[in-house]
Amino acid sequence: MALVLNEEQTMLRDAAKDFLNGRAPLSHLRQLRDDGVTEGFSQELWTEMAEMGWAAIIIPEEYGGLAYGYTGLGLVLEETGRTLTPSPLLSTALLGTSALILSENENMCAEWLPQIASGEKLLAVAFEESAQHRPETVNCSAEPKGDGYLLKGSKLAVIDGHVADAFIVSARTRTGENLNEGVSLFLIANDAPGLRIETSELLDNHRSCQVHLDGVLVDRTQLIGPLHGGCPILQKVLDRGRIGMAAEMLGIAQETFERTMQYLKERKQFGVPIGVFQALQHRAAILFGEIELCKSAVLKALQAIDADSEEVPILASLAKAKCGQTASLATAEGIQMHGGIGMTDEFDIGFFMKRWRTLNQQLGDTRYHLDRFATLKGY
Amino acid sequence: MSENLDTFRAEVRDWLAENCPEEMRSPLRSEKDACWGGRNFSFQSEAQRLWLERMGERGWTAPAWPKEYGGGGLNREQVKILKQEMVRINARGALYSFGISMLGPALLKYGNEEQKQKFLPSIVRGEIRWCQGYSEPNAGSDLANLQAPAVDMGDHYILNGSKIWTSYGDYGDWMFCLVRTDPEATKHQGISFMLFDMQTPGITVKPILLISGRSPFCEVFFEDVKIPKDQQVGELNKGWSIAKYLLTHEREMISWTGLSQTGTKSVGETAMDTIGGSDGQLDDAFLRADIAKFELDEMAFALTIERARDEVKAGVSLGAVSSWFKYFGTELNKQRYNLLMDTNGSDALAWTGEASNDGKLARDWLRTKGNSIEGGTSEIQLNIVAKHILGLPG
Repeated sequence: MALVLNEEQTMLRDAAKDFLNGRAPLSHLRQLRDDGVTEGFSQELWTEMAEMGWAAIIIPEEYGGLAYGYTGLGLVLEETGRTLTPSPLLSTALLGTSALILSENENMCAEWLPQIASGEKLLAVAFEESAQHRPETVNCSAEPKGDGYLLKGSKLAVIDGHVADAFIVSARTRTGENLNEGVSLFLIANDAPGLRIETSELLDNHRSCQVHLDGVLVDRTQLIGPLHGGCPILQKVLDRGRIGMAAEMLGIAQETFERTMQYLKERKQFGVPIGVFQALQHRAAILFGEIELCKSAVLKALQAIDADSEEVPILASLAKAKCGQTASLATAEGIQMHGGIGMTDEFDIGFFMKRWRTLNQQLGDTRYHLDRFATLKGY
Repeated sequence: MSENLDTFRAEVRDWLAENCPEEMRSPLRSEKDACWGGRNFSFQSEAQRLWLERMGERGWTAPAWPKEYGGGGLNREQVKILKQEMVRINARGALYSFGISMLGPALLKYGNEEQKQKFLPSIVRGEIRWCQGYSEPNAGSDLANLQAPAVDMGDHYILNGSKIWTSYGDYGDWMFCLVRTDPEATKHQGISFMLFDMQTPGITVKPILLISGRSPFCEVFFEDVKIPKDQQVGELNKGWSIAKYLLTHEREMISWTGLSQTGTKSVGETAMDTIGGSDGQLDDAFLRADIAKFELDEMAFALTIERARDEVKAGVSLGAVSSWFKYFGTELNKQRYNLLMDTNGSDALAWTGEASNDGKLARDWLRTKGNSIEGGTSEIQLNIVAKHILGLPG
């Protein structure tokens, strides 16, 4: 497939750009933070996004979705990276929805996907048990009990857990085996007895939760995907999430870069615009190229998901690592080149660095994905 | 249309089956296998000579050039099919030629009718081998500062001065050359583009020995060299536009060097072979990390080239981005060879002897240091990106 956008995708991206610039530019995030809005995002705005179909982009038509594919969702995420608009796009429209679709559990899909598509319900995927990204290390247990399972353990770093109507949780159903086997996925409603949530506010004003399962009894119908076969599904879900996050980081890198280039042309010192200085020009040119690399990696990775290619894992690591590196460089150069004003809270550039840092840490940082890239390459 | 293309493909296939000699259906073993043609070229084999003759006659050494100038007259789709069919049978290029890759495009755009008729057909047939006279000892990155004076003598010019870094200057039959025709004008304004026979009296050529050993580069000295006026291309004193056009072209070609050749082992694979691994992981964690960073960029760069080609097909012009491709591709290539040297340990140090193929790795590694200098240094490319893409002042 050609590495260019088709007409439908271009229209979706342009519509996203218009909407976000009009309704939720960066000042929207600042307002939410300054007002101390508990959820960290606007429910009202999410309803509007859902009305535009954004919650339904990857959902098949039979479940009330648009079936535009991951490339479409990636383009919207890239735009939200430019405006830093907080919303449950990542947690629900990408991660949770992917988990349901990939589980191929028809009952659960029929029950949940239409309500996700309409924006009524939110999901969170709970898989992390340590501060480092180690999705295959699952100590949370699910033991058979009666007609279902009894879940015990804790999950960390659950994105949007504070507003989720249900959680998709990884738990060990068989012990003493290969790390990648013996894990199953369960869908648990947020009001299940024994489920407790602790919410933390992160540096980027997003929310992340600890989910404690103090003996939560679930019915066997809540097992999604094959018994003991949850890990391969989870890995696919995570790769989709990684690529989506890469797209958001690409948006962050581009927006920061463009704002910084504008500043280099306007800001005068020694009687000239600082952009005339070669020390800055060369760094700008290098950053330009790094962003070009990211654009290619992200688009290829998104297309690979839509084509259900075997290359998705390596492209996910490529995109996550490369965009992590580049958004790091772009935000660091953004602050450095803006000088003192870049350090002030009043100025916007720091918001991009904070958001990059969160995305970098979630679902495996740059080093994690370099390591995985090397492993997948066979060395 | 597609039916016509299918017919064309069938014709190409039949023609190649009949005309491409068996010996020419394997990849080049080394640069020495390449056919450059020209007046003094000694063919390696009859097959090599025949292959050039047949391809040249059909115009398929320059498939996209108009038929009236000896080219193949093929459209873009047909050129693609020809290439695909050649790849399918492993056919070697029949002719490697600066005439085709560099001078031809300039002549087609800027040459007059007589010049096109005179020079293009012999380029297609590989009869004349061309070399390029651009850089001078005091005109490297600042190419427009070139000084070699060509003085108007009425019906001809007299050229003096010298050129440096002329690839295969010692094998070139003719040179396309940038000369100074107006020493009073600002530096970009007084340059003209001229063609002359390297056998013209007054020309001496001296090969340059590099840190990597022998090289195709030469110095070329001019002493009262007579150039007939009809051998000046384009407008007088407007040669800089031609030079810029060709440099963009050259950059795009050089930038592909950042890609590993298909079929060669990746750096990671090489390291596993030479160093070994445990549980599938290289037994040198720091090298592994360095290789991963390199291969990450290598893969992203390959995808970016793919994207750029698709964008060109969709009608977006590449423009100054070719400068970034040149920059990044050559920097990547330097990294690749640094890592290959590291990976091979003390074996990498051999300079002579059969085992090391006369120190091929060490010499190749040293040679890559020139990649980010030739065709415009990395620093110049970054200047171009900053100015023409990012619009930064200065």
